[in-house]
Amino acid sequence: MSPFLLSDRIDLAARGLSLAPSQVLGGVRLVPVLRREVRADLRLGKRSYGEDRAVVSLDGELCASGIKYVSFVPHGLVVSWSDDGSPVAAWGAELHAKDGRRLGKGPGAVRLAHRMARREDPHQLRFLPLHLAMEGFLALHFGGPEVAWPEYSRQALRRGLSPRVEHAYAGAAVTGLDDALRLFEIHEGQVGVLVFVADALASAFVVPTPEDYRALHRSLLEDFYGELIVQYGYYAGASSAEARIDERSVSSLADLRGALDMMRADWASFHEGMAAGLLDKPPRAEPIYKAGPFHLQRFVTDLDLASENHIGEAIVREDGTLEYLKTFRLSAAQSRRAFLLSRLAEHGWELEQTAGALACTKDELVRRFVDAGFGYLFAPAVLAAAQRR
Amino acid sequence: MTPAHSPSTSRETAERVAREDVVTFVNAAFVCTGQREFYGDTHRQAVSIRFLHAYVLGNYRRLYARSLAAGLNDWNKAIVIANLLAAGAPSDGSERAEEGELLFSALRSLPPPRALRLLAGLRADGVNNRRARAVARRYLASRPDPAEAAVKYRAKVRTIVRHAHVALSEESATFLLAPMSMRKFATPLFESFRAAHFAKEALYELPFTIAEGLAAKHGVRREEFLRRIERRLTAEERRRLQKSAAAAGVEIDFDLAGAPLTKLALYVLSLPIAQREAKRVELTRAFERAAERAASGLDLGARRVAAVLDRSHSTSGTIEKRRRPLAVALGVHHVLGRASTTYRAFWTHETQDALLVSARGQTRLAEPLLGALEWGADEIVIVSDGFENDPPAGAAELLRVFRARLDPGRRVSIVHVNPVFDAESLAPKALSDVVPTVGLRAAEDLATVLGFARFADGAARLEDLESYLTARAAVLVRAAVSGPSRHGIDR
Repeated sequence: MSPFLLSDRIDLAARGLSLAPSQVLGGVRLVPVLRREVRADLRLGKRSYGEDRAVVSLDGELCASGIKYVSFVPHGLVVSWSDDGSPVAAWGAELHAKDGRRLGKGPGAVRLAHRMARREDPHQLRFLPLHLAMEGFLALHFGGPEVAWPEYSRQALRRGLSPRVEHAYAGAAVTGLDDALRLFEIHEGQVGVLVFVADALASAFVVPTPEDYRALHRSLLEDFYGELIVQYGYYAGASSAEARIDERSVSSLADLRGALDMMRADWASFHEGMAAGLLDKPPRAEPIYKAGPFHLQRFVTDLDLASENHIGEAIVREDGTLEYLKTFRLSAAQSRRAFLLSRLAEHGWELEQTAGALACTKDELVRRFVDAGFGYLFAPAVLAAAQRR
Repeated sequence: MTPAHSPSTSRETAERVAREDVVTFVNAAFVCTGQREFYGDTHRQAVSIRFLHAYVLGNYRRLYARSLAAGLNDWNKAIVIANLLAAGAPSDGSERAEEGELLFSALRSLPPPRALRLLAGLRADGVNNRRARAVARRYLASRPDPAEAAVKYRAKVRTIVRHAHVALSEESATFLLAPMSMRKFATPLFESFRAAHFAKEALYELPFTIAEGLAAKHGVRREEFLRRIERRLTAEERRRLQKSAAAAGVEIDFDLAGAPLTKLALYVLSLPIAQREAKRVELTRAFERAAERAASGLDLGARRVAAVLDRSHSTSGTIEKRRRPLAVALGVHHVLGRASTTYRAFWTHETQDALLVSARGQTRLAEPLLGALEWGADEIVIVSDGFENDPPAGAAELLRVFRARLDPGRRVSIVHVNPVFDAESLAPKALSDVVPTVGLRAAEDLATVLGFARFADGAARLEDLESYLTARAAVLVRAAVSGPSRHGIDR
């Protein structure tokens, strides 16, 4: 496996990042992410789209037939880089003349976009943040059964999982996120943030430079979040955590300074612990684009049903520095869907074998698929038989 | 059932409760203006402070009246006066006389628009007792230039005159009630007002705020209007118009050095960095002059004085109080620099040049505080809104451990000055319970609130608080009797 792909647990310190003490505003806790060394040879800019819907052609031309990704895409990100380490400017993100097409006018307008990540200039790439990761998630075994087993419906055999649908909410729907982002005091030199709602990790967001972060801070409100996070937001109260200084160990001002440094270290390790669901799991990454020394990729954590799971995308520099990161927390139902599909695919889409591996009967397995929203994969007779027993 | 108390303990408890209540109220009334704060909306601010007013008025009326002399901000002073007038005069003779004098002196110390708005508001509130009418009459009669007040604040004066049955000369009455029914007024200002409705030339004899509307009616070009009205502008209007006049291509003289310290700081902070650099000499001199005036009541002598000053993002304030917390910090910086021979500032983000500060970044109070302690300060003033986040409660822990382990004898005096009212806690948010927290709205009042800090500490007794307020009340009444009203000096 390529060393530039995320494959081991994400060690923030080794990847040039560190955490600062959080700011709690209502039910939302925002943890600043700082970068040890800022290099200006990679920049991110935001390009806003005004349309309510975007149709992204994943293969082939804009209006040709092929697989389409349809969603609300409020903005795209534009990456500019240099190969030799010289600084680049984050200009022109909004200026580029040609980025897909706009159909119609007013509220009904639709944006047609060409691919999730598209090179626009020799050193400029446009991609759709988080949608890139979500598309990878939706495309998981999208082709459907590889062997035409008789249990599958004709639709599944002909068209695979299409249409594959997942739901998510815009950040504005998360109670308190708007206020929290507004009142948050951005650190000098801050390049990212971990967003916790009711102390559950909702998203991680890291960009290459502090200037880019300031410009993109509010864009967190336009990103999408899972239903679970929205639910948590309704009931979250301000959580209290505190670090204290042990006064018995202090007998001079120098001790006091040492105690203060200890307090900071405590906060950082506390936050790393809180984000263990993302940071401590080896992700499975898939390369998307190589831009000079930078590798754009998307990943899924291990899909362990007993713990939290995240999908995300990242840009990693050749020396291992994490330059860009954006993640989405899957809900339990979403993890289950991905889990079931991947198990089925592992066993060649053979139901009996898969059921054996999951320690259940074939009918139970079918029912699990139906509950997960995949009833349309099976032939009517198989469904009826599973429901009967 | 609570155990029975001996009479002395229950009296002590009552005294302690009274002291705490009044201190909470005065502290809140130093700083709250009912406006939106960075972490709190308008509605909560108003609910919170109005509760405190009603509570203290109901329980400690005499102290409530005396609090007028404690240095409350104008917004709260006006509420105290309105509440006292609405409550009617006390029946006890000496109390009535004392309250009456305090009330009137405080009213005179308010800027005219605020005082008149307060008196006119009595009509909407349905307050019309004998004392309220007498106060309104006395206030109008005490105006140095009644004609100017009648022109500049015509609607308010008319409401007051009607409501309080103020006797007027025939001309004044006609002017207030039906100015256009007169052919020609004998009073020049009244005549200009009438004429300005028909002739452009008469505009420039009127106060700026009145002329502005009439100029729009005549379609006078902004540039020409500003150029010709300039000699009629008040100091505050000159400051306020700097930017819009510059945009219209008119330069308006503005006496920087005469501006009150916090107003000056607000003005400087509104300038882009490049302009501050360009005007460095002028601005520095203005700060020196303003700080000298503001520091007159404060002498810290040879003590080593350190200020820990918050310049985090939250000090940018809100649309209603733009950059005020930062302006207060900058003002305090200059006052302390003036009042002490050995002074050093510790900003939350280090800056060599206080003239160029801006509100940015997180609230990192612990490091500068530790810096001040290591420098060997005798006196530390912390200016912050009390919301500390890098690390949370870092400075609070530092203060606690410092007091417990390194300075149990309280050799270093530390005061937390807060320019922001926290509606939730009915007080300026405290940083730690081992140092007193006092509210401060304008840096000029630093001496007053530092004097008050010993009550916020909880160490002083109720008698001390009472005698403190009585002494200040005497000063306020004397100043109102002898000196002129503070007309035009709007803080």
